[in-house]
Amino acid sequence: MNAFWVATIGTSVIAFLLKYTGHNVPERIFSHPKVQAINALIPIALLSALVAVQTFTEKSKLIIDHRLAGLGVAILALLLKAPFPIVVISAAFTSAAIYNWL
Amino acid sequence: MTVGAYGTAFGAAAVANGFSVLQSCLLSLLTFSGASQFAVIGVLGAGGGAISGIATASLLGIRNGLYGVIMAPRLKVKGFKRIVAAQITIDESTAVALGQEIRGEKAMRQGFWLTGFGVFIFWNLFTVAGALGAQAMGDIRVWGLDSAVPAAFLGLVWPRLKTNRDRILAITCVVFALAMTPILPAGLPIIATAFIAVAVGLRA
Repeated sequence: MNAFWVATIGTSVIAFLLKYTGHNVPERIFSHPKVQAINALIPIALLSALVAVQTFTEKSKLIIDHRLAGLGVAILALLLKAPFPIVVISAAFTSAAIYNWL
Repeated sequence: MTVGAYGTAFGAAAVANGFSVLQSCLLSLLTFSGASQFAVIGVLGAGGGAISGIATASLLGIRNGLYGVIMAPRLKVKGFKRIVAAQITIDESTAVALGQEIRGEKAMRQGFWLTGFGVFIFWNLFTVAGALGAQAMGDIRVWGLDSAVPAAFLGLVWPRLKTNRDRILAITCVVFALAMTPILPAGLPIIATAFIAVAVGLRA
C-alpha cells in the first residue's frame, strides 16, 4: 500500500471519528471561548500555509514561477468579490497563458 | 453551484497532485470535508508523507467535531441515523442549521439534513467530473491546474479573514511555512502553523 492509499484511508477514518465523537460528547466541554477561538484560527493557519507552499515551492525549494501570476489574479478576483469558480478559473487561465506562451 | 465548483476543483487537484481517480472519489465519499481533503492532497502533492497529510487534514477536521457537539442536542438522533448525521456534519450543513435558529429546532433539523445531503451528492458527482477531467489533461501546467490548487485554498481561507488578527495570522503562517520549507521535511512546515494558531488563540 503506497503513501497515497495510506493517506486516503487514514484521513477518511479520522475525519469520520472526529465528526462522530463530536456527536457523542456533552456540549459544555467545548463552550470555552478559547477553544472556540482556536477552532476558528486553525483553518486560517493551515490554509494560508498551504497557499504559500503550493505557490512558491517545488520539492523543498523556494521558487517563483507562473503560479505567482495565477495567485495574483486570484487575489485580484477575491478583492473584486468574484465568486469561487471565477477565482479558480481566472488563476488557472493566467497561469496557463504564462506557462505556455512565455 | 459553488459546491459543484469546489468539487470539480478538488477532483482535478487531487489527480494533479498524484492521487488516482478512485482515491479522489473515496476521499470525497468518506472524508467528505473540503478543507481536509484539499489539505491531504496538498501535503502529499508537495512531497509530504502520508502521516503529515493525515495530520494536517485531521487538524482541519477537528472543526467538524465541534459542529457535532453543537448539532447533536438539536438533532436528537441515535444509532445509524447518528452515524449518517455525523458524516454530513460539515461547515455548510451546520451553518444553514444555525441560520434557522430563530425559526425553531424543526427548521434547524430540516436545514441540516437538506443541506448535508444536497452538498454530499453534488460534492461527489463533481469530484468524479473533476478527477476524470484532470486525468484526461496530461501535463497539468499547460492547463493552469497547478495554480488552480493554491487559488482554491485561497478561496477557502479568504472568507475566514474577518479581523486584523486573522490577517496577521495568515501572513505569519505564509512567511513561516516558506521559511521552514528548505529546512523541515515536506508537510511539516504546514502542520507546524497549527501551533501558531493555538498560541494566538490562547492569548486571545
